[in-house]
Amino acid sequence: MTAGTEAPAVGLTHRASEDTGLGHRGPESKSIVVPYGFWLFVLSDMVLFSALFATYATLVHATDGGPTTNELFDRNLVAIETIALLVSSFVCGLAMIAAKRANMLWTQAWLLFTGLLGAVFLGIELYEFAKMIGEGAGPQRSAFLSGFFTLVGCHGAHVTAGLLWIGTMMAQIWAKGFQPHIMRRLLCLSVFWHALDIIWVAIFTIVYLIGTLP
Amino acid sequence: MSEHEHQELTDVAPGVPHDSLFSESLSYVIGLGLALLLTGISFWVASTGTLWGPGVATGLVVLAIAQMGVHLVFFLHITSGPDNTNNVLALAFGVLIVFLVMIGTIWIMAHMNANMSVSPELMNLQMQH
Repeated sequence: MTAGTEAPAVGLTHRASEDTGLGHRGPESKSIVVPYGFWLFVLSDMVLFSALFATYATLVHATDGGPTTNELFDRNLVAIETIALLVSSFVCGLAMIAAKRANMLWTQAWLLFTGLLGAVFLGIELYEFAKMIGEGAGPQRSAFLSGFFTLVGCHGAHVTAGLLWIGTMMAQIWAKGFQPHIMRRLLCLSVFWHALDIIWVAIFTIVYLIGTLP
Repeated sequence: MSEHEHQELTDVAPGVPHDSLFSESLSYVIGLGLALLLTGISFWVASTGTLWGPGVATGLVVLAIAQMGVHLVFFLHITSGPDNTNNVLALAFGVLIVFLVMIGTIWIMAHMNANMSVSPELMNLQMQH
């Protein structure tokens, strides 16, 4: 079978006159393809979290006589965590603005600030986990607590990975400067970090606020 | 330059970063302000006793979805502009899957809990309502 202009368009194939975005011009530049591919990864990560949210919502009342959401969660701590992560996301945006202008000092300063706020968030989360496990409310206690530690712990693991990534990017920018491939990595990092804050919005609402309603 | 600037300021979708330092920063500042406002309202709604109790949880979910929208537009710059079509389509598909997984699971599991007649002892082992 030969491909030609007179071949009928079937299914997802295109006629030669149509611009497929991949046709005679070749694929888009890396500055388009790489962030788009990373955006697809982030969306698939959100699908993963949706399964964990569904699990948590199913198991939230299965406390097996153990502590309930109202007894465990502290809204004041959650408020501090929320502010820390939100401002961290904002500062990450400022770092991107500085990086676009190849300003080494401000890029490094904002990235450091982003990482420190992320570390504050993670520290509070680890404190909360340690406190709960110390009170006998660890993940083995009930199905609800298994679901809770899986969901919130998975988000915390993402934040930990993000912190390592921020440190790596600071070193790479320092050593290699604002080259195009470094800028692509930095853009992916910012997308990742903003996405973590979006997932946290769902967590603080569904787990903590709805969990502590009177 | 000024004409180009003027066109940039008026002829773009909301949330699209402009090329000047001021308007690029402004996008993030507006996003931070709106996100802080919505977070504050969420915490207030959850704490106050003046609102109709059964509606509070739904209201909180609506506020959370609104805040996610703010993050998408002002931090991730997902916009209605023509160069963003692929990103928006991917997002739409992601949102579809997320809702299918969450609503489908919660719906089915709630019905299973309601319809399965389990003996009280077994119920005690598995689900405590």
